[in-house]
Amino acid sequence: MKKGHIIGLGIIAIAILIIVSMIGDASTYESFETAKAMKMKGDDKSIHVVGELKKTVSGIVEGIEVNPDKTSFYFMMVDNNGTEQKVFYNEPVPPDFARAEQVVVIGSYKNEALFVADKILMKCPSKYQENEVSTAGM
Amino acid sequence: MINTFVGNLGHFAVILAFVSALVTAYAYYQYIVASELDKANWRLFSRISFYVHSVASVTIALALFEIIYSHRFEYFYAYSHSSKALPVHYMISSFWEGQEGAFILWIFWNVVLGLILIHTNKFWEGPVMLVFALVQAFLVSMILGVVIGDLKIGSSPFILLRDALTAPIFQINPDFVPEDGTGLNPLLQNIWMVIHPPTLFLGYATTLVPFAFLMGGLATKKYTEWVRPALPWAQFSAMILGMGIIMGAYWAYVTLNFGGYWNWDPVENAVYVPWLIMIAGIHTMITFRKSSTALKSSMVLVVGSFILVLYATFLVRSGVLGDSSVHSFTDLGLSGQLLIYMLFFLLVAIFLLAKNWKNIPTSDQEASVYSREFWIFIGATTLALMAFQVILPTSIPVWNAIVEIFGGISNMAPPADQVGFYTKFQLWFAVAVALLTAVGQFFWWNKMDGKTLREALVMPYVVSVLLSAVIIVLGKVYNISYIVVVLAGTFTIVANSTILFRLIKKSTFKLAGGSLAHIGLGMILIGVMFSSGYSEVISYNLSGLTYSNSWEDELNKEHVLLWINKPTQIKEYTAIYRGRQKKVKGVPGLVNVSLLKSTDNVNESIALEDIVAKGKTYYEKGEIVTVILEENDYFQIDYYKGDQYQFTLNPMSQFNSSMGLISSPDSRRFLNRDLYTFVSAINDYEDPEWREDEYFEVAPGETFFISDFVTEFEGGEVLTQIDGIDLMEGDVAVKAKLSIMDYDVEKRLEPIFIIRGSQVGRIPAIDNELGVKVELDNIIPEKNQFLFKVNRYQKDYVVLKAIVKPQINILWAGTIIMLIGFCVAIYRRYDEFSKMRDKGLE
Repeated sequence: MKKGHIIGLGIIAIAILIIVSMIGDASTYESFETAKAMKMKGDDKSIHVVGELKKTVSGIVEGIEVNPDKTSFYFMMVDNNGTEQKVFYNEPVPPDFARAEQVVVIGSYKNEALFVADKILMKCPSKYQENEVSTAGM
Repeated sequence: MINTFVGNLGHFAVILAFVSALVTAYAYYQYIVASELDKANWRLFSRISFYVHSVASVTIALALFEIIYSHRFEYFYAYSHSSKALPVHYMISSFWEGQEGAFILWIFWNVVLGLILIHTNKFWEGPVMLVFALVQAFLVSMILGVVIGDLKIGSSPFILLRDALTAPIFQINPDFVPEDGTGLNPLLQNIWMVIHPPTLFLGYATTLVPFAFLMGGLATKKYTEWVRPALPWAQFSAMILGMGIIMGAYWAYVTLNFGGYWNWDPVENAVYVPWLIMIAGIHTMITFRKSSTALKSSMVLVVGSFILVLYATFLVRSGVLGDSSVHSFTDLGLSGQLLIYMLFFLLVAIFLLAKNWKNIPTSDQEASVYSREFWIFIGATTLALMAFQVILPTSIPVWNAIVEIFGGISNMAPPADQVGFYTKFQLWFAVAVALLTAVGQFFWWNKMDGKTLREALVMPYVVSVLLSAVIIVLGKVYNISYIVVVLAGTFTIVANSTILFRLIKKSTFKLAGGSLAHIGLGMILIGVMFSSGYSEVISYNLSGLTYSNSWEDELNKEHVLLWINKPTQIKEYTAIYRGRQKKVKGVPGLVNVSLLKSTDNVNESIALEDIVAKGKTYYEKGEIVTVILEENDYFQIDYYKGDQYQFTLNPMSQFNSSMGLISSPDSRRFLNRDLYTFVSAINDYEDPEWREDEYFEVAPGETFFISDFVTEFEGGEVLTQIDGIDLMEGDVAVKAKLSIMDYDVEKRLEPIFIIRGSQVGRIPAIDNELGVKVELDNIIPEKNQFLFKVNRYQKDYVVLKAIVKPQINILWAGTIIMLIGFCVAIYRRYDEFSKMRDKGLE
């Protein structure tokens, strides 16, 4: 076998390793329901859940409980299927958290009742979609 | 009044630039195919056409900047990206905050590069500029803003606010101009954001140059000649891209609170990948110049780096990344256009390569293991694999989108732990690359077989093992993978330094570019290993609180709550939060907010007390002061060791109406480490919700407790005048003098009580830092007691995260050495090219 072939095979082997590891390590988007089912099956893998913060009828965010030392908190989240879930995040409340239009939590179920987020991504109201102009200048 | 002239001028310039780019492309094509007689005419015409394009492009940029600079908020771009409060250098960042501005920047750099190429090349002018003109046509089309039926081509930065938004106000008054814009994203209000984007876009723009030479070479069947002029440009491109990446990393380090300089965010990856490919391309091109091998791989890599830049642009700007990136742009509806742009050049490149593939010279001889070609090829392959490993997962949203186009459902998400995921591969690849540079350099400068190689490498090997041992012991590196990194890093540095000294002794510094850049790589490797691998959160589990549910106790709390004035231990330091401050124009340092009262005007406040710094009074009480970016709050945190004051850090946060709270770190730089701190949560500084009333009856001289504060009532005093109130005949005004002790700080509160006829007035005294409001409710002369009404809120606080990053300066120093190496190499290669050109051997 020529040296070139050995190198070629080596490259292919590493490329396959890279692809396999990507597929293995890639997380998935789940709902709270499927995430809970995964936990029940003993799968502790970190997954993504997309949803919104729980709001009252008048649109005010409810259910945020900040721990006394302000370094961690609990909140209520509703996923896209409408499932409500209590979530714990071991970080201070991110700035502007209550204004987030959409939240993505990355983490897994701690137990049947509590989801623990390792990371939170937020989508805040973008100023590009702003439809109201302040009329202060009139 | 709405000024439509600038916008119309700008829009006209856009159309002119687009048309002239197409004309230039056509003219250069004619120039290439024209007979010798007509060539001169076509060249003159092409050049004039490109000059027109250049003037139009510069006009676009000037028009847009004028709109921002003159605060023309009737334009959407100025309204949504700038505000009156911005100083001029941040207006420059506003310019490229939006996508349109970024495209203009890119267009501008291409114009500059095009002009340089016209005047530094003879033979290559035609084919290279043809490619340039086509690229320019695509880029200008992104800001064309033309709508034909349902088809929207480009997004114009010159549209008026009333056309962009459907606010009801424009139906009442179409000429309405807002008072102020919505401001610049606070994250971008940083000096690095003024220079980082131009650098990065220059890097993007320069990847076009080697690509254009290659396309020209393929089209004119000069399969080998394109390498010489393209090589210095490829090196320049890699240097600028590298510099852009480093500036971005540095910006992230000093501005963002991600806790580091590199986060494997898709936007970062999107620049890193073309850079790796460009580096690989440079190496194969150098090999080709020396020994006529690796021509085909050079071609593929040059095409790859250019297409990957376009792919990066597509990823970042098409909105496909969605939630997976912190700083991707919103979709402007340009995704289709960007895709066409990328595919067009990809197909042209594939077509030209395929057509000429058989005619491209190759060397039939297989490279020996003891040849530099072999090792450089392995190095380039490793770099390409590194790029592949990053781009594949970064494109997960794209794979999902493709699956969905074909009707499937894919719920694949990026890896949950991005840093861990990428590091696990990239670290080992980087180690391999570092070792290859050392071996490769020895082969490069010496012809050798196995025996001489072993002899040559023994010395550097022994030295680097000894050096590593010292680093491992002193740096306490006991992790086996990190030990390997240290070994690889020091071996790279030692081996390349050996070559460097030999070269300087034997010949000139001109040849030293490669070894310098590789030394930089070795230092970066060691710097990254220490600063990331051994970065340590020191604001750890300090609350002392126990939680209701026990599992939470086991979690590490990485933040510390600092109450104002309360000393708190953070590792070897005692940290004390001393209050919120603002930056005031003309005053050195920062000014506590309790001395300032903001007026209704932007960035303007009234001094409530004399503003004194370093023994000098800068402003007197009542004077108007100018605050620099009034949204920025700086939190003063003093650090002590024992009783010994060490230093003060002022991490910043900014409250922005559109972005909410943004936090920026402040770091203490030591030679061997950084102490990196940022605030992760702050008090609510809006009007506090005071708790229920508490009453205290106190006689002068007595001491009582407000919350935990020891409060002394020193006595009352009859006033004859009060600030802001005219006392009349018969009025009685009394102030009570209270002294409140909070740790080592004494606060004086003086509530006032006024009697006018049968009316009673009370002016409360408020201390926001302590969260205390005291009103003198009544005076009871018979008991010689004063009745105070006290309301409390919470004390001021910040939640802080503090991280120690060891040896980060090795990383920064390594990047600088690498950049110097690039500069030396560029100089050498450009010198070669220009000498050959002047001999007419271009």
